[in-house]
Amino acid sequence: MGNKIVYVKELAPLTKLFEIEVAHIAERGKAGQFIILRVNDEGERIPLTIANRNPAKGTITLVFQEVGKTTEMLGLLDVGDEIHDLAGPLGKATEIPSGKTVVCVGGGIGNAVVWPQVQALKAAGNKVIAILGARTKELLILEEEITALADVTIITTDDGSYGRKGMVTHALVDLIEEGEKIDEVITIGPVVMMKFVCKATEPYGIPTQASLNPLMVDGTGMCGACRVTVDGKTRFACVEGPEFNGHLVDFDELITRLAYYQPEEKSSLEAYHRCHMDETTDNPEHGE
Amino acid sequence: MNDTPKKPKKVLNKSKVKIPMREQDPKNRIMNFDEVPLGYNADEAHQEALRCIDCKNKPCVAGCPVGIDIPAFLTLVGQKDFEGALKKIKEKNFLPAICGRVCPQEDQCEMVCTLNKPNKGREPGGIGRVERFLGDYAVEHNLDIMPDIAPPTGKTVAVIGSGPAGLTAASDMIQKGHDVTVFEALHKPGGVLFYGIPQFRLPKEILLREISGLEKMGVKFVMNYPVGKAESLDSIRERFDVVFIATGAGLPWFLGIPGENLNGVYSANEFLTRVNLMGGYKFPDGSDTPVKKIKRIAVIGAGNTAMDSARTAKRLRPEVVYLVYRRSRLEMPARVEEIHHAEQEGIDFNLLHSPIEIIDDGKGAVGAILCQEMELGEPDDSGRRRPVPIEGKVREFAVDTVVIAIGQGPNPLLSADCPELERDDRKGTIVINDLMQTSFENVFAGGDIVTGGATVILAMGQGRVAADAMHRYLMTGDPSDPEGEHI
Ligand SMILES: Cc1cc2nc3c(=O)[nH]c(=O)nc-3n(C[C@H](O)[C@H](O)[C@H](O)COP(=O)(O)OP(=O)(O)OC[C@H]3O[C@@H](n4cnc5c(N)ncnc54)[C@H](O)[C@@H]3O)c2cc1C
Ligand code: FES
Repeated sequence: MGNKIVYVKELAPLTKLFEIEVAHIAERGKAGQFIILRVNDEGERIPLTIANRNPAKGTITLVFQEVGKTTEMLGLLDVGDEIHDLAGPLGKATEIPSGKTVVCVGGGIGNAVVWPQVQALKAAGNKVIAILGARTKELLILEEEITALADVTIITTDDGSYGRKGMVTHALVDLIEEGEKIDEVITIGPVVMMKFVCKATEPYGIPTQASLNPLMVDGTGMCGACRVTVDGKTRFACVEGPEFNGHLVDFDELITRLAYYQPEEKSSLEAYHRCHMDETTDNPEHGE
Repeated sequence: MNDTPKKPKKVLNKSKVKIPMREQDPKNRIMNFDEVPLGYNADEAHQEALRCIDCKNKPCVAGCPVGIDIPAFLTLVGQKDFEGALKKIKEKNFLPAICGRVCPQEDQCEMVCTLNKPNKGREPGGIGRVERFLGDYAVEHNLDIMPDIAPPTGKTVAVIGSGPAGLTAASDMIQKGHDVTVFEALHKPGGVLFYGIPQFRLPKEILLREISGLEKMGVKFVMNYPVGKAESLDSIRERFDVVFIATGAGLPWFLGIPGENLNGVYSANEFLTRVNLMGGYKFPDGSDTPVKKIKRIAVIGAGNTAMDSARTAKRLRPEVVYLVYRRSRLEMPARVEEIHHAEQEGIDFNLLHSPIEIIDDGKGAVGAILCQEMELGEPDDSGRRRPVPIEGKVREFAVDTVVIAIGQGPNPLLSADCPELERDDRKGTIVINDLMQTSFENVFAGGDIVTGGATVILAMGQGRVAADAMHRYLMTGDPSDPEGEHI
């Protein structure tokens, strides 16, 4: 199996960071790419973005939120455990410009993806402004890591518990209106957020890349579960994406497609909770 | 091993037709995912083998893409020497339990069988059924029949993709004494045999058991390793003396009609992968991959993939399963047995119907599929009569799920990463010469990635031809050098 977990950190309630030994992905992975994993032999295949990697140590970092059965089971693993299956790096890497001013707009768990992008953008000599959104202060992740790298970091929370109150889009529009010359925007987070970020930049003609997160099964271009409509054409996000020109993405279709299995996923999680009541309540990491 | 068994003097079973194979009753089987044909028992296999007249010119051997000595193994079965018969098959084919089940025998060995005289009501020898019996016999009796393995050559072989083409090349190369590693992108080996062909047609246990024979011969398997992503082809070419690409035709085609991205529209690959590879029919208790509750479903296409999708759907117990195909019965590409089984199971065939639009139910999911009715017109280039629309005749099927099973293109994952590897611009298939060699000297390719979607046995046949050429290449530097055969 391999894929040994060497470090675990709880970043926010139900949000964890794993560092995992998987040398070939640590060596080859690039910002914007993802892996597919399974937790056990009955497990479903889920995609997670490579949040960080350490080629010298042969490790990659994954950040995930416990929102369903698979991610909850993943959350039960600890240092020394191995991940049953892990394949990658998949998808295309983010296209990294150089010598430009780039704004990275992240929301929620999406900030985990902003992290490697800011790293790569800085390494290529760009000016990077990071706008990080969260619903509330305690859900904000990776602030320190990103602030340490970006030229400017702006935090927004929906409830105003930290940073600016309001949406990331407000902060972005203010930045544009204040006359900051922005060459490119990269956005990753909830689909609705990305949709509005793209709407916000469109009138200004600022090229905007959105990192899409459709449902996936194989992640190798074999099934088409991940198809999205971009500029009226069907594209497979797992091989042709996950990043696309956000001004051409049909976000409403993506939202509908993402919702399709919600009833099944909910029932799967509930069934899992019924069977594993004891394990979950005993786990000190929950509800910490 | 090459001692040919003694010929029986006279034909021992004069039956005109094959010994029938017992099957699960259609009424029961659509309620489960268990295998449909139950296979021969030893007696039935013996009786069937005795029908072979051991004719002089053995057309069946030439009809088999991997050249199994069919009369020889049938003769051995006729003598009840099942182990000997298995050995005979395994000289050429190490996956008999699989091939016996999925090969289109009616177009190959059985088609050319001397006995085959349909106009006289005489059926060919049931070669596939006896082959399957032997494969299962090995599994049941835990017989590990290992071919002889040549002394180590010190040469290394990388096989990319673990479908039938890759597995065959791996098996041949290890027997020739090379050190073989198979890389597979998914978490299970077998390619389409695992993720596509359903449990009720090819039980996973049988597949894994036949594949484990390869491991016992010393083949190394690396799962979860999409070459081109996990490691570049260039790097693999440096690490190994020779490389065989067998990445299959994994890219599903869609129809390109409106409504294709609605919820409830699947490619056959997605539908079958969810159910087969991921075991979605056991959701939520035995699998975490969901499959939607289906009420009414339309499957588009008429190949094996379409039959598998329709029959898989049937087992999820919907009210109705429509099969929609734009040509007529004559052109249906599926194995005869699959079409027959699909009909028995109550799949509603709608031939000469061409989908034109999938209609939204108002909530972003499938509500219906609209089809143009067709009739057969003039023959096209392929000699088949081309379907042409019947003016004004359009039919709507109310469904909540649509599965598109109209074929697959070559898997793009590897070639996307290696643009220098020569490909057919139009089809995307990898270009090879008649020795299965690609534009890179030490890289060979075979199976669906070079032919486009074909059959298991053709993929295996290509794996074999490539293995011979790769062996010659490794031993002499020239894949066509006949000297290489004997080293
Ligand atoms: C549903 C269905 C039913 C069928 N039924 C029949 C039948 O009854 N009889 C019959 O003869 N034929 C049938 N076929 C066709 C037959 O399965 C194929 O022709 C055959 O499997 C092709 O074999 P292959 O080895 O070329 O490729 P595949 O079986 O497609 O295997 C390719 C493998 O390579 C892997 N791969 C791809 N890219 C990479 C990469 N970059 N790195 C590592 N691994 C990679 C894939 O994951 C896959 O496992 C059917 C096909 C389908 C889809
Ligand atoms: S996830 Fe299957 S094709 Fe993209």
